[in-house]
Amino acid sequence: MHGIVKTFPGVRALDTVQFKLRHGEVHSLMGENGAGKSTLIKVLTGVYRHEEGTILLNGKPISPRTPLEAQEQGISTVYQEVNLFPELSVAENIFIGREPKKFGLINWRKIIKKAREAMLRINIDIDVTLPARSYSVAIQQMITIARSIDFDAKILVLDEPTSSLDTAEVSQLFNVIRCLRDQGFGIVFVSHFLDQVYEISDRISVLRNGQFIGEYPISELPRMKLISKMIGKDALNTSDLTQHHKSRKNISNNQKIVLNGEHIGRRNSATDIDINIRKGEVVGLAGLLGSGRTEVANLLFGIDSIETGKITVNDKEVKSHSPRSAIKNKIAYTPENRKDAGIIPDLSIRENIILALQAHKGWIQPIRRNEQQRLSKHFIKALNIATTDAEKPISQLSGGNQQKVILARWLAIQPELLMLDEPTRGIDIGAKAEIEKLIADLCQKGMALLFISSELEEIVRDSHRVIVLKDRKKVGEISGDEIQLDRIMKIIASDSKKPVKKLINA
Amino acid sequence: MIIALKPKPQHLPLIATISVLLILYVTASMRYYGFASWYQTTSLLTDSAPLGLAAIGMTFVILSGGIDLSVGAVIALSSILLAQCMAGAEQGGFNFPSYVAIPIVLLVGIIFGGSMGILIRLFQLPPFLVTLAGMFLARGVALNLTASKRLAIVNEPTFDPLVNFLFFGLNLPAIIFIVILVIAIVISSYTRFGRVVYAIGGNERSALLAGLPVGSTTVKIYALSGLCASIGGILYAIGSQSGDASVGYLLELDAIAAVVIGGTLLSGGVGYVFGTLLGVIILGIITIIPTYEGDLNSWWTRIAIGGLLFFFIAAQRVLNSLCIKNTSS
Amino acid sequence: MLDAIKKLIWPIAALVFLLVINAISNPALFSLKIVDGQLTGSLVDILDRAAPVLLISLGMTLVIATAGIDLSVGSVMSISGAVAAVLLIQTDWALPYVLIVSLLICTMAGIWNGILIAYIGIQPIVATLILMVAGRGIAQLVSDGQIITIPEGSTFAFIGSGCFLGLPVTITISVIAIITTITIVRYTSLGLFIEAIGGNEKASYYSGLNVRTIRIFVYTFTAFCAGIAGIIYAADITAADSNNAGLYLELDAILAVVIGGTSLMGGRFNIVGTIIGVLIIQTLNTTILMTQVGGHNIPAEWNLIIKSIVVLIVCLLQSNILAHLKFSRRAIA
Repeated sequence: MHGIVKTFPGVRALDTVQFKLRHGEVHSLMGENGAGKSTLIKVLTGVYRHEEGTILLNGKPISPRTPLEAQEQGISTVYQEVNLFPELSVAENIFIGREPKKFGLINWRKIIKKAREAMLRINIDIDVTLPARSYSVAIQQMITIARSIDFDAKILVLDEPTSSLDTAEVSQLFNVIRCLRDQGFGIVFVSHFLDQVYEISDRISVLRNGQFIGEYPISELPRMKLISKMIGKDALNTSDLTQHHKSRKNISNNQKIVLNGEHIGRRNSATDIDINIRKGEVVGLAGLLGSGRTEVANLLFGIDSIETGKITVNDKEVKSHSPRSAIKNKIAYTPENRKDAGIIPDLSIRENIILALQAHKGWIQPIRRNEQQRLSKHFIKALNIATTDAEKPISQLSGGNQQKVILARWLAIQPELLMLDEPTRGIDIGAKAEIEKLIADLCQKGMALLFISSELEEIVRDSHRVIVLKDRKKVGEISGDEIQLDRIMKIIASDSKKPVKKLINA
Repeated sequence: MIIALKPKPQHLPLIATISVLLILYVTASMRYYGFASWYQTTSLLTDSAPLGLAAIGMTFVILSGGIDLSVGAVIALSSILLAQCMAGAEQGGFNFPSYVAIPIVLLVGIIFGGSMGILIRLFQLPPFLVTLAGMFLARGVALNLTASKRLAIVNEPTFDPLVNFLFFGLNLPAIIFIVILVIAIVISSYTRFGRVVYAIGGNERSALLAGLPVGSTTVKIYALSGLCASIGGILYAIGSQSGDASVGYLLELDAIAAVVIGGTLLSGGVGYVFGTLLGVIILGIITIIPTYEGDLNSWWTRIAIGGLLFFFIAAQRVLNSLCIKNTSS
Repeated sequence: MLDAIKKLIWPIAALVFLLVINAISNPALFSLKIVDGQLTGSLVDILDRAAPVLLISLGMTLVIATAGIDLSVGSVMSISGAVAAVLLIQTDWALPYVLIVSLLICTMAGIWNGILIAYIGIQPIVATLILMVAGRGIAQLVSDGQIITIPEGSTFAFIGSGCFLGLPVTITISVIAIITTITIVRYTSLGLFIEAIGGNEKASYYSGLNVRTIRIFVYTFTAFCAGIAGIIYAADITAADSNNAGLYLELDAILAVVIGGTSLMGGRFNIVGTIIGVLIIQTLNTTILMTQVGGHNIPAEWNLIIKSIVVLIVCLLQSNILAHLKFSRRAIA
């Protein structure tokens, strides 16, 4: 196999990107959000078609138009969410759509026999007649893999296969991957867990903003270098960039703690997080995608209730966890996914703004119409929301302006703590700057803020204190002048098996 | 190795259904003289045949995650259309022999169901609304087809043998019911079409990603349901020697109930055609119990069906959440 | 106001179109007379007969706005009629108590639906199916399987056929129900909450809405409306007929709501639109009954065929709009 070279210019999503996969190797594809990883994979697996460039498979040009075609040509994909039919048996899941037949009817005996063989090829010995859902996610993951191999796949693409697996399950999966690699498969591995990437990969390709940054053997790319390539900042130079922000005052420890979480955790969410936020302070939550940033915010806001630890708000312990009780405690939260959990598309800007305040007041006391109009006018002006009319449906606004409306919804309840999850994602530069300025203003006025962003520079610029997460655990906390890009990157890059402190001091 | 040790949980609903049926049958046999007789069994099958056919078609629809409200009306339309086709000219009929009339009726059923499937698939319309329109349409056409809403089929040399056919005490509707049931079981378990139905109901997105023919299968499912309902209409005509435009009101509800009581999940993807047979028989027994029980009134039938429905839906819900916990741990 | 009319342009056009056809083919439809101090005529008749569907549709609008559906309304109607009739005939309770008890029972039916949906998490179509199947049985159980006749001329019968301010009492009830509903949804913030839940349940929950309670409320409200509808129906025919009261009326109500511009996907609802939808359906019924072709009346059964065509057209219109929305969203993304 010569490998795949693909150029893909024109569209921003992938700008003349190349990718080379060899037989018998595990090749990781790395990049932050919007780097083009998933686009590249979708081109490779026939979900998208590329406009320019070529894909060569064993020297022959191919151009899969559908996932099925890609599969027939030997490129199989295992997605993050398991694409199985949970109620059907394992055997049937492996053979659905191409069942062997006898006398025109499905030959179940043969299916079961061949399915068992397929699972044994990846060293898994299970009862293939049970429904897929009776097995753990890890096994389900492997069933999908077995299905792919059975297509005589030459290339196996694993897109975030480990995000819902625990440690034991991950090592089980890695055994399977190694087993396949030794059988000559070319494996594309995408994961945001750095440790896992370093454990399994032979080679790493880095993408950034739709551009190909480089391909490196694993031994030649230490973690720090990888991270700086992924976020596009040379660690050594970044400290200058942030220098002029250092004028910010440190928050004295005498300020009242608004929210305090001790050892909070929940299965499949985050483990043992200590976090506190003081009045007038911006606490940044840093970490790569999937490190547990959103999960922590969900725990604090009561969307997921905590299973361990305790949360106190203004020194009172929070017993019942729900967004309602959080709002009662004057906590506000703009979720990461604006479309899915923020805006209510049909409703007007005015209605979107007053919703949380109205929910807080209850249904029997409607906010008077002119008060509603006053509020929305106030926020449209204060947040510089670009609209002619507060009665327009929010869906007609641009992303940045939608985000400001959601902010207005929460500012309307005059929160003591405002949690912002990726408030600047997918909005234009001007709006980004405005939101950052707003954050500074709000904390000046004494509000406590929790700020989550995958753009580390923003965190560095805007936070008084930064908590670093990795693999759903807290791996470091820095404050004041320590808050620098390279410091955060170092903490993220550190091997989690080694103690964190040493690395910070090093 | 992480292996769940639970006994196959997918069989639990079916086991529950069988238990309900056994309890019902045994209690009824002990209580009522002549209940556990061959005669009673055959007449139970005959009476249940139209509902049974509709329920078999409905099973495929529900397995795929859809719903078909038109089956009752299609039964009525089919029976009256058959009568109309065979009636003499003096009644406004076409005087066709049965071997011409029956294929016509079946064809109408297939085309009717298939068109609904096309609308559902092509325009991404909710099955609920499309088949609701289908119900209105089929009922409306049935009621308008003839001046009288009921048309007897008498003295038809090509039809009477069907009416008088007997085999070990089983008449034609009962036999066809059983035969179609066996065919449906084979289709559901041993053909690719059948398995794709399960796959679509289990996870339509996955089915598309796996390259399964989701579109054509959806159309076929509704065509099959239309076909089954039209056979049901023909069986009704054979059983009653007439076509009746107002038969089958609310039969769609009973069909859905039979499917759910038979252990099929209304959200799709889980269930067995065989379970539907059990559901139909349970409904049949519940329906005839009042004729044995002098002072028990027939409205208990509906309440009992509603109660069973609730029991099965709630049980499925509980089972589901248990299974989710099972996979997450 | 202008905006509201713009949104309703198609339903209004359809209603006007129907009335114009009638004006041409059958001018008698528009004649109004005052007989014994009561306004009579086909138009009054349409409003009179529309009352049960209208009441149910008001509730159904709210249910559909939360992206739900309630199939049990017809059965609940039959329950309320049966309870009222039985209490009236077999006890010596005063009419107000009879009405209150029947409506209370219906309210409980609604709470049952709401709990199944909001707490147990059963899909609305499945949850309400249970009561749809069992409800008529319960009604027959109450009425002992009989059609209970109520003496004509009683106060109860007055609800169905009496006259108030020169108009049928049913119209008065309809108007009160409309005003009450609009007051509840527009002069409290319930309407906003309902639309928010239908538009984006997750975002509503995150904003601190009590999603479950609101869901239970809409189903309870609908069942209450269905209860009143059942009483009107029973009073109108001076009998409680458990088999036929409200038969397939849930479908008419859903149709009226959808014609009125409330999407089955939930979100924005439009009470005025629903009222127009009800009027279209009822005018259609009356038109078919009264129109003559070649000296013969069109058979009433044509109603069903025409209704099915209306359902399909409305479906396709909505789906085109949906497809268009999807397309434009994709174009942006």
